[in-house]
Amino acid sequence: MRFYSKNTNLSNKETKKLHNVLLFEKIFQKGLGLTGIILIIILLSIFITLTITSIPSIKHLGIKFLYGDAWNPVTDEYGALPFLIGTLLTSVLALIISTPFAFSTSIFLGEYYPKGFVSNIFKNIIELLASIPSVVYGFWGMVVLVPIIRNLELKLHVLPYGVGILTSSIILAIMIIPYSVSLSRQVISMVPPALKEGAYSLGATRFEVIKKVILPYTRSGLFAAILLALGRALGETMAVTMLIGNSHYIPKNIFSPGNTMASVIANEFTEATGNVYLSVLIEMGLLLFLVTTVINISGRQIIKRYTLR
Amino acid sequence: MDKYIKLRFYKDRFFKTLIILFTVLSTVPLLLILFYIIKQGISTINWDFLINLPKPVGEKGGGIINGLIGTGIIVLIGSLIAIPFGALVGLYLSEYSRNKLTYWVGLSVDVLQGIPSIVLGIIIYLWVVKPTGHFSALSGSIALAIMMLPPIIKSTEETLKLIPGTIKEASLALGVPYYKTILRIILPMGFSGILSGSILSISRVAGETAPLLFTAFGNPFINTNILKPMSSLPLLIFNYAGSAYEEWHNLAWGASFVLIMMILFLNIVTKILERRWKIQY
Repeated sequence: MRFYSKNTNLSNKETKKLHNVLLFEKIFQKGLGLTGIILIIILLSIFITLTITSIPSIKHLGIKFLYGDAWNPVTDEYGALPFLIGTLLTSVLALIISTPFAFSTSIFLGEYYPKGFVSNIFKNIIELLASIPSVVYGFWGMVVLVPIIRNLELKLHVLPYGVGILTSSIILAIMIIPYSVSLSRQVISMVPPALKEGAYSLGATRFEVIKKVILPYTRSGLFAAILLALGRALGETMAVTMLIGNSHYIPKNIFSPGNTMASVIANEFTEATGNVYLSVLIEMGLLLFLVTTVINISGRQIIKRYTLR
Repeated sequence: MDKYIKLRFYKDRFFKTLIILFTVLSTVPLLLILFYIIKQGISTINWDFLINLPKPVGEKGGGIINGLIGTGIIVLIGSLIAIPFGALVGLYLSEYSRNKLTYWVGLSVDVLQGIPSIVLGIIIYLWVVKPTGHFSALSGSIALAIMMLPPIIKSTEETLKLIPGTIKEASLALGVPYYKTILRIILPMGFSGILSGSILSISRVAGETAPLLFTAFGNPFINTNILKPMSSLPLLIFNYAGSAYEEWHNLAWGASFVLIMMILFLNIVTKILERRWKIQY
């Protein structure tokens, strides 16, 4: 870091001052690096804390944690299968419901109306959708959506719970639309204009350009958008907790009540007495952490590779 | 041949209609939710609602003052922790050359952003609540602070990266040390971006419930001691929404209305900041 030559004629005082500046420079840089290191340490300690505190559960249950379907804190029997299935079912269903809407909106904003008044309105609406708190979604779902689903269930002659997998999936779908839209819109708007113009000049209609140029080009990016939305959906807690019905059994169909990993934690964590019980819930948190982390990293890697292209 | 071309045009038009239809449909939930909250909330909101404590079941009236104060304190302390730290990390990521450390820091930010909020609740419970022996507002603030870090770091990094290198070089060429260049030139120029990122992250965590369940816990009374359990608007909504009483539901609607208005206001402030102070080169 020496940017002055040794044989300049500097007085002692001046040299000292220069040294001070250089020292500051070093301290400043190291200090900033330290904040980064602290961030890494926070993340690592989160992982380590979760792992260590779930050891009692891992010892007690072993691999049975994953396939056991009995949940009985009184007899210390814990199987997370119903919650694993519940989580997977709600998230995947939410993805299936939201993807057509999310992709249409991103094609609308990325291709048909990338700029201007109309586009601004829709962009703002989608952003607002992201800023509504989860607990408000849950409350609205309880009051508005549950009666609608109950009526539907009465018509279909299934048990009219109102709450359940389907209800939570619908709310989840609304909640993840903004995330998949903002990602896939970016991906779609990054398609090189030359490619599109080439297709147009060959006489392609807009639909054909979208189908044969944009979609193939953005396939991996759109996949990443779905993946990251899935990561969101898996960890979403409050709205699902309020709408899923909190049953400890494996859901029979999409109308039956169930439970997700996140909502079991939310419901039972403060009531968990006993070391193993608490530890089981933490192990569930660890599982959520690992799954969402893997999904996130792979999603971002795909996006990164896509943007570098 | 002619028929085929016509068919293609029809397909094109059909597809466009479909896209517009689905786009419009995906905005319907927001309008419904906003409409419902405003409809239910307006009738509950008045001055008494904002300055009173919730009343027990069966009594009319009552307010959400404990939640308002709680949200204010918890979010304020959370931002005091997160904003300086996040801005520094963002500064580090944008100003120092790519090396192994910046790669890992960037990756950690991504991972941190993806962690479900309920898991952060568990973590802070284990780190703060369990050792101190009781729920506290401070632990809630720490949980929210960790949630706020990724957006602040990212917006700082992105804003500072936009500042052209020539400005930095001009300062360095005048013999200004690098750290002074950062403090006097780069940070002030990126200030609006950092600020709007911070406000946006505040508006995101203001509505968070899950990380507060096992940390701030909630409190039916006014509490300003950050080492004691404290209520917050989302916690209040969660508790009262789950009850079976009409009065409490109304309370929850009112609280939802106030919360949404706060978040909307913060969002608008961010928008204005972004537009007004956009760095111009």
